[in-house]
Amino acid sequence: MSEPKIDGFELKPGFKGMASDTASDQTMFKGVHWGKAMMWIFLLSDTFVFSCFLISYMKGRGSTPVEWPNPSEVFALEAFGVPVPLLLIALMTFVLITSSGTMAIAVKYGYEKNRKMCGWLLLATALGGLTFVGMQAYEWSKLIHEGVRPWANPFGAAQFGSFFFMITGFHGFHVSIGVIFLFIYTYKVFAGHYEKGKKGWFTKLKGDYVEIEILGLYWHFVDLVWVFIFAFFYLW
Amino acid sequence: MSDEYDNNKSYQAQSSEVMDGSTGSVSPDIDYVRPSEVGEQELYHPHSFIEKWVFCQDAKVIGVQYFLTAVFTGVVGLILSWLMRLQLGFPELAGFMTAEHYYQFVTMHGMIMVVYFLTALFLGGFGNYLIPLMVGARDMVFPYVNMLSFWMFFVAVAVLMASFFVPGGPTGAGWTLYPPQTILEGTPGAGMGILLMLISLSLFVIGFTMGGLNYMITILQARTRGMTLMRMPLTVWGIFTATVLAMLAFPALLVSAIMMTLDKVLQTSFFMPTILKAGEVLEYGGGSPILFQHLFWFFGHPEVYIVALPAFGIVSDLISVHARKNIFGYRMMVWAIVGIGALSFFVWAHHMYVSGMNPWFGFFFATTTLIIAVPTAMKVYNWILTLWRGNIRINVVMLWCLGFIVTFVNGGITGIFLGNVSVDVPLSDTYFVIAHFHMVMGIAPLMVIMGAVYHWFPLVAGKMLDEGLGKWHFWITFLGAYSIYFPMHYLGFIGVPRRYFEMYDSPYMTSAVGMNEFISIAAFIVGAAQFILIFNIIKTLKTGKKAEQNPWKANSLEWYTSTVPPEHGNFGDRLPVVHRWPYDFSVPGAKEDYIPQTTAPSEVIHTKVEKT
Repeated sequence: MSEPKIDGFELKPGFKGMASDTASDQTMFKGVHWGKAMMWIFLLSDTFVFSCFLISYMKGRGSTPVEWPNPSEVFALEAFGVPVPLLLIALMTFVLITSSGTMAIAVKYGYEKNRKMCGWLLLATALGGLTFVGMQAYEWSKLIHEGVRPWANPFGAAQFGSFFFMITGFHGFHVSIGVIFLFIYTYKVFAGHYEKGKKGWFTKLKGDYVEIEILGLYWHFVDLVWVFIFAFFYLW
Repeated sequence: MSDEYDNNKSYQAQSSEVMDGSTGSVSPDIDYVRPSEVGEQELYHPHSFIEKWVFCQDAKVIGVQYFLTAVFTGVVGLILSWLMRLQLGFPELAGFMTAEHYYQFVTMHGMIMVVYFLTALFLGGFGNYLIPLMVGARDMVFPYVNMLSFWMFFVAVAVLMASFFVPGGPTGAGWTLYPPQTILEGTPGAGMGILLMLISLSLFVIGFTMGGLNYMITILQARTRGMTLMRMPLTVWGIFTATVLAMLAFPALLVSAIMMTLDKVLQTSFFMPTILKAGEVLEYGGGSPILFQHLFWFFGHPEVYIVALPAFGIVSDLISVHARKNIFGYRMMVWAIVGIGALSFFVWAHHMYVSGMNPWFGFFFATTTLIIAVPTAMKVYNWILTLWRGNIRINVVMLWCLGFIVTFVNGGITGIFLGNVSVDVPLSDTYFVIAHFHMVMGIAPLMVIMGAVYHWFPLVAGKMLDEGLGKWHFWITFLGAYSIYFPMHYLGFIGVPRRYFEMYDSPYMTSAVGMNEFISIAAFIVGAAQFILIFNIIKTLKTGKKAEQNPWKANSLEWYTSTVPPEHGNFGDRLPVVHRWPYDFSVPGAKEDYIPQTTAPSEVIHTKVEKT
């Protein structure tokens, strides 16, 4: 993307530029689409949600008198008869991070108005997300099968199951929402809604390829949150 | 002082000084304002009655919807407070009320007034109506999301009200909902009541997030030409900062609501320690009740400022307009609002001095708490200095503003008492606390709301509210509110605890009985006086005299719309262009005592207008 050009306003680099943008009229973030600014601020708010969850997790883990289960044993997966720690999680993380890559390329093709490539890459992202959710469902059912419940588990502190299901569930919910929107936007891109100037189903307003980037922001955020959950739950 | 302006500081319009915002282009034209960066906003105009008045995307209609829904919850909260006062003052007349009922009324009164009444009224009501008009936008930036925001709020209110009718009734755990008692048997409403409360709060947070994104982006990205952040009315600054606080504080409420719901429904033990009940160990164990208090107050303290900051902003504008004088220290006011907002995230544990936390922790939070008094005091001084030698109009709006300053100072000073650990420990959970927070975040913001209603009613409805009825309304409310809360300070000092259904034969009885009766009578009268406003509104809508375009001679953009009341799109064919701040009142040399924000510098040559 090229630098936005603003009529009668000089964009300066660095802190000075930030100060002059802030002091100017009309917009604070020059050339930034409303929806994009909205997504950033929503993600800031959502960061606080996940921070509260993770800080509560740390506090909960610290205050329970019962010993915390060993994650490399609990999350081990049997491969060829050998228990490999964190195998499934490694795969899940790989799939999710890869889908972030396809998403980024989809955004690029979107701005180039390459409808086909954008659509296929969105579809790949959606399938990546779906695979992630599927593997998470498998992991959940495996743990439930082994007797882990939100209120108790055979490995140690009851809070382990509580926090695990709550936080991965909340993250999985975010991923699922993202997948639904990815499918919707795949359809919109393939059907050429942006080229035809078709109005939105609900808002009755015309769309633009910037919507793909906004969706991308959300998707990258969901991936980033996963990295933190991964670190705090599986590596700690 | 007012006629000896320093020439260096004032803007002489004859000079060829380059105007703000025109950096980069050399223009000798003093009226020059940069062209528009973003094209015209695409608006969806309603096609049917339902789209126009029910599922409406116009921020003004949404604002009125928020306002009316919030006022409805406020009336419910008022009736609950009457019932509580009946029990406290005249228990022999309140035979129908059990202790459980009393706790439920206390809880619902608190939650309704703080979250569903004040927050929704300031941000949803005034925010929706005023932000687009004051910054010169056609509408909120995401009208559809804005509509969803209101309906989410509506559902949240419906769920909350439904909890009155479920088996067991609403929750009676106190508005702070402290675990473990909140969800344990024996607390009223520990079954369905608390569940509906938590669901309702979660819905409220989701709905608010949708609205809050709208308010923030509209202010940051959709201002009209010439409208810099430092030319915005303080109302917008107050609502904006409060919205930022809400976007960062409500997550903690959402998370604690989710965790407590799981504790209730799935028997997890996030907040539940090992509990012995009648000799039996419950299934809970290992959780931390203090964690909930931290989460709750990380939301709860900014929440106080979510209510207070819009009130600060609105009252600044009202005082300035009705004293015909620019607000004293505009930039200081803005930074004070921002500073209070930032500090409010570092003071939450001053609500938890008696929770058994480390004394050094209390020391830290006492310090930050007292630091907040500095920007707050700056604001109070600035309001008074704005009035100083102003051309004060003692109308109903100004009365409410003056009432606000007095009540706010009063409540603020008792806040300094309570901010100190050693003073707070004996006073906590007494009526002193009740008196403090009702003064500072109950009555004071309410006074601003009332002033704002009298001020902006001509804009919303095109008719002037009756001044005589308004004065009755003000004086009964003002004197009555003092009659209610002033004696409560004393009750607190003699140690009367809050949230007690009755005092039985405790030593408080003798000195507290008469006072409780007095407070109750005052509460009945003040509550009834609020219906004067409702009567006034109905009477005015029916027979009131038509308002002129700009009845208060104000400068800000909401009074310069193409029609009054403004239509969808607000400003007709062309958006206004802003050349100055909204506080150019009584400018020396000007023809009138006010210069609208849209007046170009070339129209006011030879006046001593400050450069903004």
